[in-house]
Amino acid sequence: MPAVTFSDPALRSPHPRLGSAVSLTGVAKEYGTGEAKVTALRSVDLDLPYGELVLLVGPSGCGKTTLISIVAGLLDASEGEVEVLGQNLTRMGGGRKVRFRGENIGFVFQQYNLLPSLTAAENASVPLLVAGWDRKKAVAKAGELLTAVGLGDRLKSFPNQLSGGQQQRVAIARALVHDPRLLVCDEPTAALDAASGRTVMTLIRQVAVEADRAVIVVTHDSRVYDFGDRIVFMSDGRIEKVEARQPARDVAPS
Amino acid sequence: MNWVALKMLTGDKAKYFGIVFGVGFAALLMAQQSSIFCGLMRNTTSQIRDVQGADLWVMDRNVQFVDDVKPLSENDLYRVRGVPGVKWAVRLYKGQGRARLADGNFQQMLILGLDNATLVGAPGPARIVHGNIEDLRQPDAVFIDEFGWRYLFKDEPFVPGRKTLELNDKRAVIVGMCKCSPTFQTFPILYCTYSQAVQFIPQERKTLSFVLAKADPDVPPAEVCRRIDVQTGFKALTDDEFFWTTIRYYLQRTGIPINFGITVALGFFVGCAIAGQTFYLFTIENLKQFGALKAMGVGNLRLVRMIMLQALVVGVIGYGIGVGGAALFGYVFERVVKSAPPAFYFPWQILVVTGGAVVVIVTLAALVSMRRVLVLEAGVVFR
Ligand SMILES: Nc1ncnc2c1ncn2[C@@H]1O[C@H](COP(=O)(O)OP(=O)(O)O)[C@@H](O)[C@H]1O
Ligand SMILES: [Mg+2]
Repeated sequence: MPAVTFSDPALRSPHPRLGSAVSLTGVAKEYGTGEAKVTALRSVDLDLPYGELVLLVGPSGCGKTTLISIVAGLLDASEGEVEVLGQNLTRMGGGRKVRFRGENIGFVFQQYNLLPSLTAAENASVPLLVAGWDRKKAVAKAGELLTAVGLGDRLKSFPNQLSGGQQQRVAIARALVHDPRLLVCDEPTAALDAASGRTVMTLIRQVAVEADRAVIVVTHDSRVYDFGDRIVFMSDGRIEKVEARQPARDVAPS
Repeated sequence: MNWVALKMLTGDKAKYFGIVFGVGFAALLMAQQSSIFCGLMRNTTSQIRDVQGADLWVMDRNVQFVDDVKPLSENDLYRVRGVPGVKWAVRLYKGQGRARLADGNFQQMLILGLDNATLVGAPGPARIVHGNIEDLRQPDAVFIDEFGWRYLFKDEPFVPGRKTLELNDKRAVIVGMCKCSPTFQTFPILYCTYSQAVQFIPQERKTLSFVLAKADPDVPPAEVCRRIDVQTGFKALTDDEFFWTTIRYYLQRTGIPINFGITVALGFFVGCAIAGQTFYLFTIENLKQFGALKAMGVGNLRLVRMIMLQALVVGVIGYGIGVGGAALFGYVFERVVKSAPPAFYFPWQILVVTGGAVVVIVTLAALVSMRRVLVLEAGVVFR
C-alpha cells in the first residue's frame, strides 16, 4: 500500500516503540454545570500500547463513549493529561486537532454513518479526499481496502443496497483507508445480529491490528470479549480493572 | 470535498429539486413581475420616445406627465421662438378623439397632430410599415399604428385609402401604417397634420398641447431649457427629463408600484421560505453525516465552504430557471397576444436585481443551516 501523504509531518506521531499509543493521567469529564452537572469520568489513568486490540467494556452510561471521544480528540477533558500518539491533546488547538484526527485516527460508528449518495468505494475514500487526494486515486485505493474486507464485488453499491454488516465493513474500510495510527470503534456490533457482529469483529482483528497501530473497540456485548488482546472494564466513570488475554490472537473467523 | 458536497446535495433528489424550485419560483416571480412593471412604466412614456426630431418639449409649468396636457396659446409658440438659442419651434397636438367606425361603434383614439410645414415628430422611415409620410399632406389623411390597425380591423391586409374613420363628423382616410411603441392606455394612435388634428376634436379655445423645439447647435439643450423657463415661464424638458418626470409621476401618484412591489416581495419571501426551509431540512437530515465528516478531520471552514457551494449551485440553477422562465414568458406573450401591445420590458437591471435577491435567499438559507453544522459537536457521531 502506498503511504498516505501528510500535509504536516510534525503531526505524524513518533515510532511506536518510543511510547504508549494512548496515555491518560487523572482524566475527568463533567457535562453541564450546577444542578444539571453529570460526572462522566472520574480520575482515569490508562496506558494502551501499539499493536493491540483493546476492548473497552462496561454497562451503559459508565463513560465508555466519553472516554474514547476524549482519546480521539473529539471532546476536551475537564481535568487531567491526554497524550495520544505522542501528542499532547490537552494543549492542542482546535484547528490542529481537526487535522490530527483526519490524519491519524480512523473511526467506526455504531450507526455506520455512511453518506447515502456515495457508493461503497466513494464512501471508503472519504478520509483520503479529506487529506486532499485526487478522487480517482482515492476511490481506487478505497477499492483495495473494500476487497480486503470482502466487498470487492460491491464497490459500486450504495449504502441502502447493503446489509448492516456490509455497511459496517464499508465503514471499517473507510476507517483504515488512510492508514491511521489509532482506530476507535464505538459499539461497532451493537446494531448487528450475532453472526454479523462476529464477522465484523473478526475483520477488525484481521485487517486493523498492526504493529504500529492501536485499536480501541467500545462494546457492552460480552459475546465479543474473546476478540480483545486486553480488556478495560469500566463502571461509573472509573476503570475497574484491565485484563490481558493471551488467547485472543487465535480467534478464528466464523 | 467539494465533490462530496455536491454528491450530498444531488443525492437527495426530492430536497434538491425542492430547493431549486423554491429559488427558481422566487426568481421567476420577481423577474416576471418586475418586467411587467417596467414595461407598464415604460409604456407611459411611449409618445415621448416616439415623437422624434426635436430636442425639447415645451409645456405649461403645471404639466406633470406626458398625458397631462395643459394647452398653450398660438402666441406662446412665438414667445418660445423668440428665446435666444432656440433654433426652431413647432406645434404638436396630442390628445384623444372619438372615432366612429364603419359598423357604428365608437373607439377612443390617440391623435398626434404634427406641424404642417415640417411634420416634426413624424415616425422615421424605419417605423413606416405602409405608405409614405408625405401622404399626410393629402386631405383627410392619417397614419395608424400597427396595433391599432390590428385592433380595429383584425387580420385584414392593409390597403392605403381603403379604410376610413369618422372623428368629430370629419372623415379620416388611413393612408399609411407605422410602428409605435406600446402605450399605457392601449388606444389606437393616429398621426396627422396639426390642422387636420384640430378638426378631429370638438372646438376648443386652445389646442397647442406642446411646442417641440430644437436648440442651436452651439448651445447645450439644458441651457436653452433654462432660458425658456426664465423668459417665458414655460417648462422645457429634454426627452430624457420628460421621460423620468412622467415615470416619477406614475410611481408617486398611482398604486402600480406598490402592488407590483408587493408581488415581488411575496416572491422573495416565498422563495426564502421554501428554499430556506428545504435547505435547512436537508442539512438537519445530513447532520450525522456532517458530524462524521467533522470527526474525520473536516474543519469548520471547509464545512462552510461545502455548504456555500451547495447554496451556490442551487442558487445558480434556480436563478437560471427563474429568469429564463420570465424571458420565455415575455417572448411568448409578445407573439401570442397580437392585438394588445405588450407591457413587458426586461432590462439588464432586472437580471442584476433578481440575481442579488437570489444571492440573499440562498445565503440566508445557507446561514441558517450552517449555524446548526458549526455548533455541532463532532462527538455527536457516537450518539
Ligand atoms: N453531551 C452530554 N451531556 C450531558 N451528559 C452526557 C452527555 N454525554 C454523555 N452524558 C452522560 O455521561 C455519562 C456517560 O455517558 P457515555 O460516555 O455516553 O456512556 P456509555 O458510552 O458508557 O454508555 C452518562 O451518564 C451520560 O448520560
Ligand atoms: Mg456509548
